[in-house]
Amino acid sequence: MFNSLTDRLQNTFAELRGKGRLTEDDINRAMREIRMALLEADVNYRVVKEFVARCKEKCLTSEVMDSLTPAQNVVKIVLDELTDLLGSTDSKLVLAQNRTPNVIMLVGLQGSGKTTAASKLAYLLKGQGRKPLLAACDTHRPAAADQLEALGKEIGVPVYRGDGRDAVQVATESIRYAVDHLNDIVIVDTAGRLQIDEEMMEEAVAIKRAVKPDQILMVVDAMTGQDIVNVVSEFANRVDFDGVIMSKLDGDARGGGALSVREVTGKPIKFASMGEKPDSLEVFHPDRMAKRILGMGDVVGIIEQAQKVADEKSLEDAERMLRAGFTMDDYLSQLQQIRKMGGIQKLAGMLGAREESVDEKQLVIIEAIIHSMSREERLKPKIINGMRRRRIAAGSGHSIQEVNMVLQQWGQMNKMMGKVRQLQQSGSSKKAMRGMSGMMRNMGIDPSMLGGMGGGKKRR
Amino acid sequence: MGFMDSLKKGLSRSREAISEIFYMGGEVDEDFWEDLEDTLVMGDMGGEVASRVTDDLREQAARENITRAPQLREALAKRLAAEFVPAKGDPFTDLPSCVLFVGINGAGKTTTVGKLAGKAHGDGVPCLIGGADTFRAAAIEQLQVWGKRASVDVVTRERGADPASVCYDVIDEAERRGARLVLIDTAGRLHTSADLMRELAKVVNVTRKRCASMPVSVVLVIDATTGQNGLNQAKEFNQALDLDGLIVTKLDGTAKGGIALAISHQLGLPIFRIGVGETIDDLQSFDALEFCRALVGEGM
Repeated sequence: MFNSLTDRLQNTFAELRGKGRLTEDDINRAMREIRMALLEADVNYRVVKEFVARCKEKCLTSEVMDSLTPAQNVVKIVLDELTDLLGSTDSKLVLAQNRTPNVIMLVGLQGSGKTTAASKLAYLLKGQGRKPLLAACDTHRPAAADQLEALGKEIGVPVYRGDGRDAVQVATESIRYAVDHLNDIVIVDTAGRLQIDEEMMEEAVAIKRAVKPDQILMVVDAMTGQDIVNVVSEFANRVDFDGVIMSKLDGDARGGGALSVREVTGKPIKFASMGEKPDSLEVFHPDRMAKRILGMGDVVGIIEQAQKVADEKSLEDAERMLRAGFTMDDYLSQLQQIRKMGGIQKLAGMLGAREESVDEKQLVIIEAIIHSMSREERLKPKIINGMRRRRIAAGSGHSIQEVNMVLQQWGQMNKMMGKVRQLQQSGSSKKAMRGMSGMMRNMGIDPSMLGGMGGGKKRR
Repeated sequence: MGFMDSLKKGLSRSREAISEIFYMGGEVDEDFWEDLEDTLVMGDMGGEVASRVTDDLREQAARENITRAPQLREALAKRLAAEFVPAKGDPFTDLPSCVLFVGINGAGKTTTVGKLAGKAHGDGVPCLIGGADTFRAAAIEQLQVWGKRASVDVVTRERGADPASVCYDVIDEAERRGARLVLIDTAGRLHTSADLMRELAKVVNVTRKRCASMPVSVVLVIDATTGQNGLNQAKEFNQALDLDGLIVTKLDGTAKGGIALAISHQLGLPIFRIGVGETIDDLQSFDALEFCRALVGEGM
């Protein structure tokens, strides 16, 4: 069900191979695939309709119709159009220069992640040298103020609770408290509310009137479905907000709602909230979001994640590997690296691969087998003969076939490493460089295209 | 306001949209089918289900020579209702019973536990709440406030304690005092975080093993505003924990909760309760046909 758009389109266009020229009907079929992909990503159906109509117009130009690779051209058009729609990277908070304290107010539905976002925002601002104060104006949900206080304590940001009864009063008092305690920015966390709850919407408006926030941010759950349009347009009408924080983007939701928000309200998505930790509020990248919505994987995201995990030692290791070859220990540490990055399944998900196609258990087996090798064997796997194989198999509790498989995989990797070494030694051979950069470019567009280019459907 | 009324109010947007299709012109033509599919999609039923249901109905219309849209209304409600899996029992009334509530962050697990405890206490059922959400800040405090409101005791430990051992304590205490209904709240987690899912599997396994005196059910709480990702969520949770059923919350907004239909159908899970409002009585039993009739605007 969650095939990437490229796969879907490739299937559609594969049937048309040898036809010479695409007709409008063919494009219509491609558009239907795009429509389904967007709907699966929870983009609002009205937005989808307009979007698809716009894309179709662009696709009907002769460039696409006559091209040898119509599928890729169509995907590119859709991707560009989508990135365009999602807007530029605009994660700046617009705060009045001559006002102390500045005020940021957070609104949203119940359970969208306002309180968590408030503490993350405070952490971010604190890192920028500000002195934030958190105001606990959620006086409705039991223990919401306790939650904010606990989070505030973790990140070392004070929390103003007041008497915890009247949200408007707590908000007003928090400003005064901030002035007295030299806090230069106040983040007002409000209660979650349904957009059709008249009383609660009144309260939000009253808080807004009382504290006159520099910025109002709406927290939107990335998993929200079609209803997001009703929610954001009502909030935009009543409270009016300046930007959106997309929460729970660390899950595997496609987050098509981001597109709907842009289309319906024109407000920018300012931040992406990616997890439970206080530092997981990130700048929003429209291009990555576009790929995610289309199920095309987030290659840049993976690279960044890898960079986060990779430390000095790994760099040294890489150099040593190039110098002295790839040992079993290297293989093992690579596996552990994958683990650190959130498991193979998360990586595969980011790459847009089907999740069933990768097996986490395989990693465990490989690890067990390598652990059963002696130090010498790990450094020089070539010495592993039949006797040793049998011993390793018995020691790790796996079959000799599985041991052979691990050795084979190591052999392939070692070969690859050798090629890289050759490349390096022969200086920067221009031809090889071109080949590499071409490959990188392809990966940047879409990793699964590589599989498609080979003709067969490789999915690993 | 009665249950049906509040449900209808909550579902009004999609009902209006569907009614519009059925009344406009009344003639069944290509536009009608396209609009119908869109409306189902708008209810978060998913493109695939929507097109399947539409195709089925289209066949039926051709077979039975139905040319007027209003006649298809009841047929659609029945068609949709048939997608749901009926519940074989009710873990909240088939006592004694121990229920674990799982789900992603912010789905409404704690609130649901609070409401169900209040209802059970009102019905005179000896009930006990277990607070196994030892991760989220102030989750224990929130549960304790609910416990106080419902006059039901809460067994828990300090923040950061092992949730599985909390469950152990809860069952101990429940057996000691002879509680007939045990409701255990767990920490919300995204289905994509493998480690947290394993932790939850351990919690569930410990509870299942320890709790010999009563059947243990695992219920997934899902927010009605959830889109297509809800299916992924349910699949992952089901795979890790072997779910018994669902509770759909926050149906009092404009969200339609159509994803519940997709989940119930695909994973064969019944829906035990739906939340249609803020008060304890707004957590109601689920009736597929009623739900679908309200969705398509039957009897308006």
